[in-house]
Amino acid sequence: MSRTSRRELLRHGGALLAASSLPLSVVEVAYGQGSEQNFTFAYISDSHITQVKGNEFVRNWDRGLIRAVAETNLLDPKPDFIFYGGDIAQLGKPAEIDHGLEILAGLSGDVHYVMGEHDYYVDLGDYWRKQLGPDHYSFDHKGVHFVVLNSILTHEAWMHQKWETGMQRMKQMARLDNPSGQPFMVGEAQRNWLRKDLRKVKKETPIVVLSHSPLQKIYKGWNFWTDDAEQVQALLQPFGKVTVLYGHVHQIQTNQIGNISFHAAMATAWPWPYPATYRQQNSYLPKLTVEMNRADPFFERDATGWQFIDMHSGRTDVSYLLPDNANRVVAFDESVGHPVDQTDYAEAGRKSPLQHY
Amino acid sequence: MNLKIKIRATSIAAICLVGLSCPVLADEFDNADLERWQMEYMAVVEEGEKLFHGGLGNPNTVSCDQCHPNAANTHPETYPKFQQQLGRVVALWEMINWCLQNPLETEMLAADDPKLIALQAYITEERKGVELEPGKH
Ligand SMILES: [Fe+2]
Ligand SMILES: [Fe+2]
Repeated sequence: MSRTSRRELLRHGGALLAASSLPLSVVEVAYGQGSEQNFTFAYISDSHITQVKGNEFVRNWDRGLIRAVAETNLLDPKPDFIFYGGDIAQLGKPAEIDHGLEILAGLSGDVHYVMGEHDYYVDLGDYWRKQLGPDHYSFDHKGVHFVVLNSILTHEAWMHQKWETGMQRMKQMARLDNPSGQPFMVGEAQRNWLRKDLRKVKKETPIVVLSHSPLQKIYKGWNFWTDDAEQVQALLQPFGKVTVLYGHVHQIQTNQIGNISFHAAMATAWPWPYPATYRQQNSYLPKLTVEMNRADPFFERDATGWQFIDMHSGRTDVSYLLPDNANRVVAFDESVGHPVDQTDYAEAGRKSPLQHY
Repeated sequence: MNLKIKIRATSIAAICLVGLSCPVLADEFDNADLERWQMEYMAVVEEGEKLFHGGLGNPNTVSCDQCHPNAANTHPETYPKFQQQLGRVVALWEMINWCLQNPLETEMLAADDPKLIALQAYITEERKGVELEPGKH
């Protein structure tokens, strides 16, 4: 099957999936003859499960995660595994993490978890790690080296200052537009760990890195940002094929820096505006991004979404499953050397729901 | 405010009576007044900023800034406009009430409720400097 027709199938299949919620074959796996095996995995992020009181949780956020789990289970062929991109909880409460994990337990397949700031700052990740294990780790799958980082750390002095309660620290971090917010960082200890981890990996081995915050600098005011992004990128640049997948921004973002392709995940809970729509500050949204549609809040799931990733020849094609909008595929284009949105909106021809202001 | 204006009017009348030149009454304010008015306004903006960031006390705890950091994507400069989902032209405060009833799952506010005015003050202040585009989509 040619690459183009396979993409047609992906796009078409995804739209049908969302419309009918019936299982159908969306990916032709027997594609390509590269040395690497092709496979798919699913990617769900940012559910922000919120406890109201007792066993009562905010219905809207629950619904987003429940639907993502249901649609992921319908993917055929079945993804090899699922990544969860962070921010399971809104305020990191054990009740919220447990409730989120209870919904995620409905996934058929192994789930690998990434730490989000909303999971972390109430107890510096103690409960999350107790339930899910280490917050940074790596593994190999069908010739691809996967690395998970905890990128939402910040200055030690701020984290460990005398807080009245952990919840007070959590609420400082939970506010995205906090004027006294702290920048995210991977930190020296994890960068040293990563350097060591990558020593055993061949330069031609494809690498996929998962972080919660973008390992690139887009807008500091909302922490669409990692302070030591360049240092982490420098560790990854010697490798031929690198992809970074991140959550946190609740919107489609696409970029290429050297050998590294970047893709952001949609949130299952709610969308965030593009930073440029806040006129008082400059931001650096990557030019390769074809922005998601402007949200229509009257549709509860609009401008939320979840993804499945098609890995072939060490490159990642990201399919965005978007309730209430046409699905998107952002695929690596070998001829230009970066990911390209397959809907291929020319700048001038972009329809008005894509114009954010 | 009314009291101060009255006192000033009385003193101006007294000056006029003793035959000195009379200033124009209608424009009678100075920099101190401007500063005070700005302070009054900013106090309401700050109140709105608190309400917007979790200060509304709605039981489900969802706050405006969760979808609208720095009030982005609220677009006060485009109201009044035809809100296609409601089928009529609405003002910004009506959309705020829509958000209160839906994502925030709480009661709507009266149009002249100081809280609703404070929310509008904050939202508009964050969008300061953007051209007015009523009706825009
Ligand atoms: Fe998030
Ligand atoms: Fe986050």
